[in-house]
Amino acid sequence: MTAPGNRVWSDPKYLIVFLITLVLVAGEARYSILGGYDRLATTLGVCLATEIVLSWWLRGRVANLASAYITGISLALLIKPQANILWPFALGAFLAIGSKYVLAYRGRHLWNPSNFAIQVVAPLAADSVAILSHQWGNDLRINLVIWAFGLAVASRARVLHVTLTYVACFTVLALLRNAIVGGPLLAELAPITGPMYQLFVFFMVTDPRTTVSTRRGRMVVVAVVAVAESLIRLAGDFQLTLLRPLYVSPPILALAIVGPIAMWWDLFRQARKR
Amino acid sequence: MPPASWRRVFVIAAFAAAVAAVVLLNRRVTQSAAAWDPIRLNEVAQASGIDFVHQEATLDPKVANIAAHIAALGACVSVADVNNDNWPDLYFTTSRFGAANALYLNQKDGTFRDVAAQAGVASLNRAGEGVSMGAVWGDYDNDGFEDLLVYKWGYPQLFHNVGNGRFADVTAQSGLSRWMNSNGAVWLDFDRDGLLDLYLTGYFRSDIDFWHLRTTRIMQSSWEFAANGGKNLLFRNLGDGRFEDVTDAMGVGSTRWTLAAAAADFNDDGWPDLYLANDYGPEELLLNRAGKRFELARAGLEDDSKSGMAVAVGDVFNRGRFDVFVTNISERGFLFQGNNLRINLLNELGRFNEIATGAVADAGWAWGAQFGDLNNDGWLDLVVVNGFISADSGRDYWYAMSKVAGAQGNIFEDAKNWPPIGTASLSGYERSRVLLNRSREGPGGGFVDVAEEAGVTDRLDGRGVAMADLWNRGVLDVAVANEKGRALLYRNGAPSGHWVAFKLIGTRSNRSAIGAEVTAEFGGARQRQVVDGGMGFCSQNDRRLHFGLGSSGIGRVTIRWPSGTQQVLDGLAVDRLYEITEPPK
Repeated sequence: MTAPGNRVWSDPKYLIVFLITLVLVAGEARYSILGGYDRLATTLGVCLATEIVLSWWLRGRVANLASAYITGISLALLIKPQANILWPFALGAFLAIGSKYVLAYRGRHLWNPSNFAIQVVAPLAADSVAILSHQWGNDLRINLVIWAFGLAVASRARVLHVTLTYVACFTVLALLRNAIVGGPLLAELAPITGPMYQLFVFFMVTDPRTTVSTRRGRMVVVAVVAVAESLIRLAGDFQLTLLRPLYVSPPILALAIVGPIAMWWDLFRQARKR
Repeated sequence: MPPASWRRVFVIAAFAAAVAAVVLLNRRVTQSAAAWDPIRLNEVAQASGIDFVHQEATLDPKVANIAAHIAALGACVSVADVNNDNWPDLYFTTSRFGAANALYLNQKDGTFRDVAAQAGVASLNRAGEGVSMGAVWGDYDNDGFEDLLVYKWGYPQLFHNVGNGRFADVTAQSGLSRWMNSNGAVWLDFDRDGLLDLYLTGYFRSDIDFWHLRTTRIMQSSWEFAANGGKNLLFRNLGDGRFEDVTDAMGVGSTRWTLAAAAADFNDDGWPDLYLANDYGPEELLLNRAGKRFELARAGLEDDSKSGMAVAVGDVFNRGRFDVFVTNISERGFLFQGNNLRINLLNELGRFNEIATGAVADAGWAWGAQFGDLNNDGWLDLVVVNGFISADSGRDYWYAMSKVAGAQGNIFEDAKNWPPIGTASLSGYERSRVLLNRSREGPGGGFVDVAEEAGVTDRLDGRGVAMADLWNRGVLDVAVANEKGRALLYRNGAPSGHWVAFKLIGTRSNRSAIGAEVTAEFGGARQRQVVDGGMGFCSQNDRRLHFGLGSSGIGRVTIRWPSGTQQVLDGLAVDRLYEITEPPK
């Protein structure tokens, strides 16, 4: 029998809770990445409250709050609004957790919650919200620490294959994009060295609740996400104005498009097998 | 409890309502309130004889991929009464080798005439010497004539106003001749010895010669906390035409990519402090400790990293305090840094409180800004000019720049790793903002953008902006220097409010009276202004101080001279300019 303490440390959810808390604390201490504790309080408060109320009201029991905690911190880090407005944090948090209950198929939600909130709030409120304009000092050292912890946690959580597949695909596709659009190669590789990608590869694309059921399937899906992201990036390079709302965060919006389709197909296929 | 199906419907409805709320609240951000108080600003540059067009610098081809980005600076305007005829004149800088700066003398008939060539302050953009980035006026030798300091990417130049319409280049003997990549300077008398000292800000490192680059590793190392810019320098005026570098001794050698500085006594201790707007970093407040040294204050600024472009100082709510407005970048979807309107609470809380919202926070890619009471209602309004690179409107560099912006610093520190900008625009074709201060409606009045209604509709890439009563009518007019564009002159339609203005002449203080403060009491309020030695971004306002009074008369006026002398004036009439000479001790 596993001791409760061991269970906590072996559960991927709690490892990810630990990792995102580390990101938050390190980033805030060194670079004030939050831009105000009221933002964190708002997203965390709304996420937790929404999870408690909706899980109890719709399912008759209060859900584990680890997911709401991760979502709350992710949104506090990712949403960067104009001036000092707080409503994008509150509404984003509500939509993120609400999407788990509203946009579900066969009892499973289709979008990673924070990914869903970003894909709704960023395009619909483009006059009020940008995504992660803080760059955490563009500091190599702090990024290396987070990458090291992130990879260790991903390995422990058995999602390292997802992270590494994405990184490999991004690199290959960056080379391909560079061959197409020209310019410095490092400009194409540069994005993955930044903080938005840390949040993406460790907290969004690896979310066990919104990834498909097989290991190979997860690797294929994440490769498709990388391809979709590259198509968005190429559209940016070729100045397709219509797609401009997607340029601000290509990986997050690529996942928002590919992820739910893959989840739906996976759930549909499993149901047919039964 | 309702049945499960109804509960689910209720949750779906709440979810849909939240999506709708996102759309509605976003729309509210973009709307501005209707103007209730008319301002009319008519663009009259051509009609006034001002045909100045700024030209950008051409740089070493090694940075050709982002030359348009690097060189998008240098359009400056500064105001001074050069010939002591009591009519303000204008100096504009340009930044291409061979192109001439312009000194427009006020002809007193509504027109200006460029006399820069005759005066000897035109041909300053020369290979081996650098190109002009801006200029500030100040009577450094207290001879009664405003002298000129031109800061450059290259060697700064100091010109002594001889008094006969000509200027003598005294840089060599001044001790100021050292290569800098400077985009800002202020005159101030930091030690209150009656002599104007000089603070020069460094942007790019001083070992960079943009025409003979030894490396392309010249850019910022971080977008947020970069400290690898040029070093700011403080020169103490020795009184014999020479200046001494006291930067390190005074602790003011920030290397945070300073784009603008302003000097004023923010903490009311009688000594002029320095407020810096830094690109890629937090703002800095350097508190002057009795002229012996400066200390970097913890005033709520250190964690708030943005892209500071300009510093404007004004008493926003007529509290008798110097508040600060710093411009930054906002771009729909990509970045909302937001401008900062920092209310001075140093004496109460030891910090500034940032309160910018709406139109004050978001002025696009904002550059120069100045406070001034445009409608003479007794409250300081705000003009903000903006737009970075207006080129091919069908091509946008934001996405390409975002590739490197989020990356590790050692990637984008090297200019050759930046995607080529080509003909793309970058926050181009933005409209300037005229922000009317509606505080007379009450504390929540705030600012409203009335630029369109006022007639400010240009889409040029504004850099410097300065205010002056150019035609001595009792109203503030607005001069704008545009990057790669023509200069603009906005003549203010005559507002109905009363006014009073002061021209100060120092005797024991520096003769330009830079740093002198006037506090005017009217209508139950008191407004404090300071004579600036450079303010905004690469700009300087007329050193005559203009107070709008609305329908009020003028009460007590208190002048605090840099020497420490306090002078009280009572019983003044409205709608007049007063020339006040500093009294003897």
